[in-house]
Amino acid sequence: MNSVALPADSAGGEGSRHVHSHAPGHGAGGPASKRIVVGYGFWIYLISDIIMFSALFAAYAVLAPATAGGPSARQIFDPDSVAIETACLLASSFACGMASIAVSQRSMKWTQISLLISGLLGFVFLLFELHEFHGLVARGFGPTRSAFLSAFFTLVGCHGLHITAGLLWLGTMMAQFYAKGFRRDIQYRYLCFSLFWHALDIIWVAIFSLVYLVGMNL
Amino acid sequence: MFGKLTWQAIPFDQPIPLVTSAVLIVVLTGLLLWVVVKGYVPYLWKEWITSVDHKRIGIMYCLLALVMLLRGFSDALMMRSQQALAFNAPGYLPPEHYDQIFSAHGTIMIFFVAMPFVVGLMNFAVPLQLGVRDVAFPTLNSVSFWLTAAGALLVNVSLVVGEFARTGWLPFPPLSELTYSPGVGVDYYAWSLEISGIGTLMAGINMVTTILKMRAPGMTYSRMPVFCWTSLASNLLIVAAFPILTASLAMLLLDRYVGFHFFTNEAGGNPMMFMNLIWAWGHPEVYILVLPAFGVFSEVISTFSSKPLFGYRSMVIATMAICLLSFLVWLHHFFTMGPGGDVNGFFGIMSMIIAIPTGVKLFNWLFTMYGGRVRYTAPMMWAIGFMVTFALGGMTGVLLAVPPADFVLHNSLFLVAHFHNVIIGGVLFGAFAGYSYWFPKAFGFSLDERLGKAAFWCWFVGFYVAFMPLYVLGLLGMTRRMQHYTQPEWHPWVLVAGVGALIILTGIILQVVQLTVSIRTRARRRELTGDPWDGRTLEWATSSPPPAYNFAVLANVDSEEPYWGMKLRARENLQLSAEPRYEAIEVPRNSPTGFITAFFAVLTGFSLIWHIWWLVVLGLIGAYATFVVLAWRDIVETTIPAEEVAREDRANRAARLEALRAAGRAEPRRAQEALA
Amino acid sequence: MRQARLQNLLTALAVPFLLEGCSGAILSPAGPVGNAERTILLNSLAIMLAIVIPTILATLAFAWWFRATNKRARHLPDWAYSGRIELIVWSIPALVVFFLGGIAWLGSHDLDPARPLSSSGQPLEVDVVSLDWKWLFIYPDQGVASVNQLVAPVGVPLHLRITSATVLNVFFVPRLGSEIYAMNGMASQLNLQADEPGVFPGLAAHFSGDGFSDMNFEMHALPAADFTAWTTATRTTGPELDEASYRTLLRQTENVKPYTYRAVQAGLFDAILLQKLPPGAGPRTGRPNASVSPTREK
Repeated sequence: MNSVALPADSAGGEGSRHVHSHAPGHGAGGPASKRIVVGYGFWIYLISDIIMFSALFAAYAVLAPATAGGPSARQIFDPDSVAIETACLLASSFACGMASIAVSQRSMKWTQISLLISGLLGFVFLLFELHEFHGLVARGFGPTRSAFLSAFFTLVGCHGLHITAGLLWLGTMMAQFYAKGFRRDIQYRYLCFSLFWHALDIIWVAIFSLVYLVGMNL
Repeated sequence: MFGKLTWQAIPFDQPIPLVTSAVLIVVLTGLLLWVVVKGYVPYLWKEWITSVDHKRIGIMYCLLALVMLLRGFSDALMMRSQQALAFNAPGYLPPEHYDQIFSAHGTIMIFFVAMPFVVGLMNFAVPLQLGVRDVAFPTLNSVSFWLTAAGALLVNVSLVVGEFARTGWLPFPPLSELTYSPGVGVDYYAWSLEISGIGTLMAGINMVTTILKMRAPGMTYSRMPVFCWTSLASNLLIVAAFPILTASLAMLLLDRYVGFHFFTNEAGGNPMMFMNLIWAWGHPEVYILVLPAFGVFSEVISTFSSKPLFGYRSMVIATMAICLLSFLVWLHHFFTMGPGGDVNGFFGIMSMIIAIPTGVKLFNWLFTMYGGRVRYTAPMMWAIGFMVTFALGGMTGVLLAVPPADFVLHNSLFLVAHFHNVIIGGVLFGAFAGYSYWFPKAFGFSLDERLGKAAFWCWFVGFYVAFMPLYVLGLLGMTRRMQHYTQPEWHPWVLVAGVGALIILTGIILQVVQLTVSIRTRARRRELTGDPWDGRTLEWATSSPPPAYNFAVLANVDSEEPYWGMKLRARENLQLSAEPRYEAIEVPRNSPTGFITAFFAVLTGFSLIWHIWWLVVLGLIGAYATFVVLAWRDIVETTIPAEEVAREDRANRAARLEALRAAGRAEPRRAQEALA
Repeated sequence: MRQARLQNLLTALAVPFLLEGCSGAILSPAGPVGNAERTILLNSLAIMLAIVIPTILATLAFAWWFRATNKRARHLPDWAYSGRIELIVWSIPALVVFFLGGIAWLGSHDLDPARPLSSSGQPLEVDVVSLDWKWLFIYPDQGVASVNQLVAPVGVPLHLRITSATVLNVFFVPRLGSEIYAMNGMASQLNLQADEPGVFPGLAAHFSGDGFSDMNFEMHALPAADFTAWTTATRTTGPELDEASYRTLLRQTENVKPYTYRAVQAGLFDAILLQKLPPGAGPRTGRPNASVSPTREK
């Protein structure tokens, strides 16, 4: 019902208002709606972010054997801690999904609660990561020890930085919902945030599999 | 308190950078004072600095490129004069300085001339050609531009405070590692490019979204102008390649700042990995630059041959083929690392395969002229000059793709001649063609044609005089980046190349004169119809300069050349289409976000370079605060009332009708001429 | 034969450009590798020029003939597609690339720098180290070494193992052909041969820092007897290259005049290659200090 296929001859007059039309943007009906444009643009950003991570993954793959006499992957990973960490992040994403439902239901209370849970779980994830890093550095296995450790700290740390930025964004998002309600543009922003948060999960799953699982079983 | 920064970082003992920077500072301060005294600040702030209009932003990108071209070209002149003097002699630039100059020349020309120029042209023209009101994310667009400008500013600050990289335009480790480059030069390089690279990435995301999701009603993919197609390909490459640059430079910075071992000689670091990563960005980058230029030429050749582009579908296929293949050739930059016959053979052949779609494009432009009525305007001169020059540059490129030939030509001046041949002959000629082609659209008056053609001839001849000798020097075994040399057989060729640089200088001076003269005589160069070249695409359907909302009503696209169709109908009937129903239009409000973000980016970048950590923290907090303030805005759009839209469009329609009638009166005479 | 004639023709065309400067040119190679590379270079050039020259001429001709003022030119204002022409414009470059691709594939294998030359005779082994900013040549079988001077017998294949003690560099003797990277912790293999006696300039072909421009060496191709005489003479004079003198050599120096070492500590090259000896330490002086703007040690 939203597809406004403009009559071919009258597009001129009608078109001026259709910057925010509901057309899919394939050319038939003019520019796509704001929601589609925003979501689409953010997807493209996420693709670029994933490409950046793949450069880091590539660097890790190349440098993983370059332990320079230092520890190898198998010697430094703690499976329990990583498992809890992963569970936190996945649960955080789940809570973020719950928040999306709450937003679509216009429930301020549940939106805020879900987002808070999501943020807290993300924060716990970060604490675990920091704890792991701190432990490694304390044992003399810091990123300056070998090329392998440099690549490991950078790849995982870059994901951690994304989580940190995501937490800042999440806090801002909560404040915006509180101050401005479920306004359309705020909802678009929330759409982007949830895409971001889920994408970080996907990247974490890749890190978990390719760095931790492969590393522990080498 | 100020990290590594002391008064001694300013090169008081080195006259050349000191005088240059003193002059620059005086000129800049003078300019700022003049702006303030004349009371232009509010105008600049409201109409340009905070503007989120894609046309304004595009123009500022191009302006940045032109200004930086002057900087990059003065570096080129210094290099040519140094090499001319440095036969069996030290010349006037010691290696510490000369090395900075060639590094700055390459960095500036690629990142702050070629990039902003093509991004600017795309920004300006793509939404107009698509027949829409703006790009997908107007405020982000402004942020992108200002971040690019921030990077450019940091590169220029290195002239005055500290030093620039001495590693070449791509900082290959281990030379760029802290051990071998302990100075701040590489840090200037890396932070400038991180900042401007993020700007470019966001510009790419913006443009891809715009082209894929925002087009005039009826504009299917097969009706998109070829410039939009090449822009799409170019921006897809930006999205896919620039993150790799960001990551590679981040790894280099981690090595330099906190002792990581990505590319060091020690602890298992792998410098070869940098080569692979940087060229995985670097080769697509070449096509990021040249594809939009191809698009400009397609528009220009078609317009000035008064014919549709020959082989539209072939052109689109060729463009997208280049887009894909450009990621499969990076290894040809280091055939001489000894990867073995199979790898070299594969990448050699892949590199050649790119020549196929490129060759197809050349032939299609050729056949676009066939049967046309070629008008020798300045943009068309650049286009023909390009076709000749690029055929040659493409050929030497394919030659370098043959691994055994590359084994003797790698890193030689032959290579330098090749990439200048394609970058000047392709990208820069394309940028100049686009500049002279869309200038009347952007400002409503045309550039002086005579001076424009004179500038073209200087560039064209100057290019050949400056770079053909470099091909010869490459065959004579001269490698690049030599501060001095002792081989007598090189000297005459180096001198000839220097003369070429002077001819190009004349061309640049003529361009400056052209711009000045054209602005001063703009009153009689005014063009009211908005269609000075008898154009074929939608940007010519609106007035010049176009209003903030671009089009009073969005066109309905029913063919590959919708505006040409409209025009033909109008000419047949000797009247315009019926006046549309005007409505109020919402346009995005101006925002200082971009400017403020760039301010904090410069602050953060500068303090990172000089290890002023508290200022880094402050800069980051400022950037976050800017983000929050932007997010808190309630009103993001303003409405332009229907009456205003109607008034402006009616004025344009009147001018067009007048031109149409004048042409109609002339028509019988033209018909007779055709019969005779 | 015809190919050779074509080559001569092309050389003749190129020579006016190069008349005075044939020495040092890669177009006048002094060995089999350079010769083969020149052949490939000129053949590829010829194949492409056969297309590029007509294209350039056609561009100029079309642009001229179809000028707006030429009333005699055909006018086809809507002509924008022809299947036959499309087929031709795709197939011409494709055919050229097909030929060139063959040349590239075969050439990359035949002339792979790591591939031993097919000439008879035991190759002379030379280990090459690029330093800041000079070249060290170690002759493991002769037990001598030289700096900024590579001496080799004529007509005998050379097998070079090349590494870097500091930054990336490229070893290149233009008249012998094939350049190759020198990288720390890695040994690149290069096989060359000089077929005529002479002194050929050699150079560093990858920018390596402030002293780069003087990082040149001379390649002396000597008759076999002279080479033996040179090694004998070298063994009697000059310093010895051991770990201590290597560490001195490792410091950044510029414009080093050629000299020789009468003896070399066994396994020195492998120690450099396997990073048992540390890499070069980089600049130590600067203005105002090295961490802002390093300068060369004078």
